[in-house]
Amino acid sequence: MITVEHLTKRYGPVLAVDDVSFTAEPGLVTGFLGPNGAGKSTAMRMMTGLTPPTSGAARILGKPFAALANPGRRVGVLLDASAQHAGRTGRETLVLAALLTGVERRRVDEVLDTVGLTPAEAGRRVRTYSLGMRQRLGLATALLGDPDVLILDEPANGLDPAGIRWMRDLLRDFARDGGTVLLSSHLLSEIEQVADRLVVIGRGRVVAEGTKDELLRAAGVVVRSLDDQALAAELRRAGVDVEAGVHGGLSVAADAETVARTAAGAGVLVTELRPADSRGLEELFLELTAADAREEVSA
Amino acid sequence: MTAVDQTRTTRRTGARTTAEIRPVPFSRLTLVEWRKQLDTRAVRWLFVIIALLTAGVVTVTALVGDGDVSFETFVSTTSTPLAMLLPIVAILATTAEWSQRTALTTFTLEPRRGRVVGAKLLTAVGSGLAFFVVAVGIAAVAHVGVVMLRDASPDWGLGAMTAGMALMIVLWMVQGVAFGLALQSTPAAIVVYLAVPSIVGAITMLLTSWSDVWPWLDLSTSSVPLITGGSLGGTEWAQLATSAAIWVGLPLALGTWRVQRGEVKTA
Repeated sequence: MITVEHLTKRYGPVLAVDDVSFTAEPGLVTGFLGPNGAGKSTAMRMMTGLTPPTSGAARILGKPFAALANPGRRVGVLLDASAQHAGRTGRETLVLAALLTGVERRRVDEVLDTVGLTPAEAGRRVRTYSLGMRQRLGLATALLGDPDVLILDEPANGLDPAGIRWMRDLLRDFARDGGTVLLSSHLLSEIEQVADRLVVIGRGRVVAEGTKDELLRAAGVVVRSLDDQALAAELRRAGVDVEAGVHGGLSVAADAETVARTAAGAGVLVTELRPADSRGLEELFLELTAADAREEVSA
Repeated sequence: MTAVDQTRTTRRTGARTTAEIRPVPFSRLTLVEWRKQLDTRAVRWLFVIIALLTAGVVTVTALVGDGDVSFETFVSTTSTPLAMLLPIVAILATTAEWSQRTALTTFTLEPRRGRVVGAKLLTAVGSGLAFFVVAVGIAAVAHVGVVMLRDASPDWGLGAMTAGMALMIVLWMVQGVAFGLALQSTPAAIVVYLAVPSIVGAITMLLTSWSDVWPWLDLSTSSVPLITGGSLGGTEWAQLATSAAIWVGLPLALGTWRVQRGEVKTA
């Protein structure tokens, strides 16, 4: 369980994180989504006690991070896969964390196995690792203490498609076993399939929050009919936002029932009516964060 | 990375209670910091250099001249490369947290940052003294060597010089950690550590009118009696204390303050 309350970080005139509040529940994967520079990393650094907040607070398992006894056993943290000593081997990196957190040495082999690093790879210095291997090593370090919570900043960065799918399964299993997962990404496509809930952040503020379905509902429906023009006119008369769909049809900011009733009332035959797909979510994401950016410029 | 391993995550045991998880004891933190200090390639190369330098100076001391070299003179010889270069081990162990960016892991595994600083100090001093003991051992072998091979008269007495050297190695190791904490950069800390004594030394030569003041301000000046086996009176100890406060205490306080408050920033 991660509870973030009114978390704010100000650097001089810049509000990097602006009154961010949300909860990441156990058993769920929470996706922390936002464009680069939106404040995701700063927020995660505040959650893990590395950056003191200007105001607000974050609690992990009911406590501020720094108040956790042996936090490596409660929270697995991966903030930057490149932040590992280049001159140490992957195995040594894990052995050090195992010694400090007091987990058994065999956990090192277990997590290496879990993240798919071979003994030969683990014996090499981190200097020689690709970004994908560093992500796996960082994830291994996070999993080492058998934690209840995972906080991962852009963990899919540098992973190939197979690696991303592997990580998705790993995080799903972790959440299914009762763990709390918070992972950030600037790419919706990376996390939409793994995240049960999404917290969308732009320019330091939470701009949308909810399950993927809830957000999709906000993205509206796609409708095709035998007379799109007439239907669009009728919908607009009813005060509903309508746009031409990317691949034909109409993109409508309303629920399916409203659209169907309007079509029936106008005598237009509907040939397709479905929720906006993840392309709609992508558009919504861009719109939410871009609108925020425009606001910032005009302010 | 060939085959992607599909093995499932180890099942999390829901039955585990938080009571089992205790704070990381300081002893364990210290042992891990010690291992971190010694397990990198850079540090191993430094030890190779120290070993070669030590072998070189011992050989020269034993072979040049009449060979009548006392045990304590050998101690002074073998501990000099150590005293010069070992503080760089302390610097590297400290600045690597920032230059290698391991601070993110270090301070999320132990958020009580003051304890990490304490562990780094303890391990630096520990290494300083441990390797000084090794240097004394090498000096003993060298002295046996000259007694047996060059007819030197056995002189096994150790006195003020050895004790003074041990004290200074402790101070220099603490200084290495202090510079590392205050500057949080490997090149900056090493350059400052190596250059500052020379620069201050040059100034002491130029500003001779201050010759009464320098021992109070300059650690290199005030430590001379200690490492040459001279006698220290109250004034000399006071001078050592003030100059050490300036060159060791101050950077340590500044560095600790920098780490304790504020953000853990890397690169």
